[in-house]
Amino acid sequence: MAVVSSPRKAVFNRLAIVGVLIATIVFLAPIYWIASTAFKPRELATTVPPTVFFTPEITPFIKLFVKRVQMTKPVDKATYDAAPWWEQRIYDGGERVLRTGGAVQLSAYPDRFMNSLIVAVISTILAVGFGTFTAYGFSRFKMAGEADLLFFILSTRMLPPIVVAIPMFLMYRAVGLNDTHVGLIILYVAFNLSFSVWLMKGFMDEIPKEYEEAALVDGYSRMQAFFKIVLPEAATGIAATAVFCFITAWNEYAFALMLTNRRAQTAPPFIPSQLGSGLPDWTTIAAGTVLFLLPVAIFTFVLRKHLLRGVTFGAIRK
Amino acid sequence: MATAVMNRLDPRSRAAARGWSDLTIRNVFIIPTIVFLIVFNIFPLIYSLGYSFTDFSAASNEPVQFVGLQNYRDLLTDENIWSNFVITAKYVIVSVAGQMLVGFGLALLLNRSFAFKGLVTTLLLLPMMMSAAVVGLFWRLLYSPSWGPINYIFGLGDFAWLSDPDTALYAVAITDIWMWAPFVMLLSLAGLSAVPKHLYEAAAIDRAGSWYTFTRITLPLVSPLLMIALIFRTMEAFKTFDIAYIMSTQPTTELISIRLYKQAFQQWDTGKSCALAYIVLIMVLAITNMYVKYLNRAKER
Repeated sequence: MAVVSSPRKAVFNRLAIVGVLIATIVFLAPIYWIASTAFKPRELATTVPPTVFFTPEITPFIKLFVKRVQMTKPVDKATYDAAPWWEQRIYDGGERVLRTGGAVQLSAYPDRFMNSLIVAVISTILAVGFGTFTAYGFSRFKMAGEADLLFFILSTRMLPPIVVAIPMFLMYRAVGLNDTHVGLIILYVAFNLSFSVWLMKGFMDEIPKEYEEAALVDGYSRMQAFFKIVLPEAATGIAATAVFCFITAWNEYAFALMLTNRRAQTAPPFIPSQLGSGLPDWTTIAAGTVLFLLPVAIFTFVLRKHLLRGVTFGAIRK
Repeated sequence: MATAVMNRLDPRSRAAARGWSDLTIRNVFIIPTIVFLIVFNIFPLIYSLGYSFTDFSAASNEPVQFVGLQNYRDLLTDENIWSNFVITAKYVIVSVAGQMLVGFGLALLLNRSFAFKGLVTTLLLLPMMMSAAVVGLFWRLLYSPSWGPINYIFGLGDFAWLSDPDTALYAVAITDIWMWAPFVMLLSLAGLSAVPKHLYEAAAIDRAGSWYTFTRITLPLVSPLLMIALIFRTMEAFKTFDIAYIMSTQPTTELISIRLYKQAFQQWDTGKSCALAYIVLIMVLAITNMYVKYLNRAKER
């Protein structure tokens, strides 16, 4: 059937696409601004009017990784010339790199970044691992009160972090888990497990039961059928669930703020704490932000087909 | 179902005797998760329920005294707490309404075919995938009074968005709208693309106006997904902590969860904060219940 198409509609269509273009620019402008600040020379980060065109440099990223201190007098030329190129960039800003013996002292950033990575990766593996088994259980076997159990599982995800964090803080203090990786990992697993069960259940429901039944007829045990037939079929779903869990743990702020402060502190509470008082060095903060956001941006593209499912706990698939 | 599978098996294969029974597998797969969630989600709540009836402070060594319902009575008659709830309500309304309007609007614009549609959609979804704490941080740069690009673009001079008590909450809400309108957009797009084309064709043949088509065909068919987006965002906005905590220190942006945080971890009024946590928890559970009902209804369709 031919759709009635008028010139008015065509014009409207054009206007809508212009609207999309403008909206995209507006939405991406804040991200562009923080990303461009990460490559600015410090004196151009806070100019009036804001600087849009500049020669990008990577000095903010160097400053992000090394411990440095303001110098009282300029560096002598011999030392400057002998220094590697990245150290010269620090000297250019009137600062010097701190060393113990000959080794460069690293700033806290790489350490916090690693904490984020450790906590996010381990908690993701555990949450998705448990979640996959549980989802299979719910998908394939009948159980009394199944709907209530699933609601219970989902409701644990909806608890406000602060409400859980207060008793967790007291309990962790009693057993010495405050400010440890293990403590944070346990909480993130608890937080992500319900999400992983719900999402994986959606994926499991889509795998035809006949596959396993055929395997059972062929002489597989139920466990063999699960490992050799179901898991490979569910691989895409497992990967998508894992990426979602990783992003949630990576981004989490409230628990990390309340339950860690130094040793196990992750990047989200650390990055804002760098602001401090006085004149903040926005270029270095922006560099830290960009490095932190980069994995999430990449994963968003990897996940684009599954985003809808992810944000609705697997309920809406399309 | 388990027996149904076995019945269909060739009895000589003795499948039932191979490995674990289905019942064992079900229990081994499900029970550890339930136990884990009870230990790390429910047990802490029971623990804090106990403390909510005491004057316990985590920062002092004084003996803990049982005070009965005193904490709850104090909280429910405390005007400051009510003002925190009013601020939270204002924040929820402004930010969720903004997200719904902007998100649904974006979806209507995107709901047509054009070059790079997939790329544009994914780019628009980026904000909601980011850490709220970090988003709040870099919006502080954008809002900066003397050299922030927002004031420059709108010619606002050195207007201090985040330290003016009248605008701080709205400034935070704008950031939240930027971050979460894409979520509404994503759900709306799913709803819009599910509207059968033939309905529009029939409407066109009947020479129905575009407003009529929109209100009689588009809206009713997308509304279940809009409802899910609305409830979910309401629940999340009610719990907001990070973005507002990072962006502003104004008393006018002290949402209920920020208040709770301060009471627990700055004033160390542990017993009372456990009681407040329970009041908040009951409210969240009420919204969650609604959310799950809608989610299940959407699933059935």
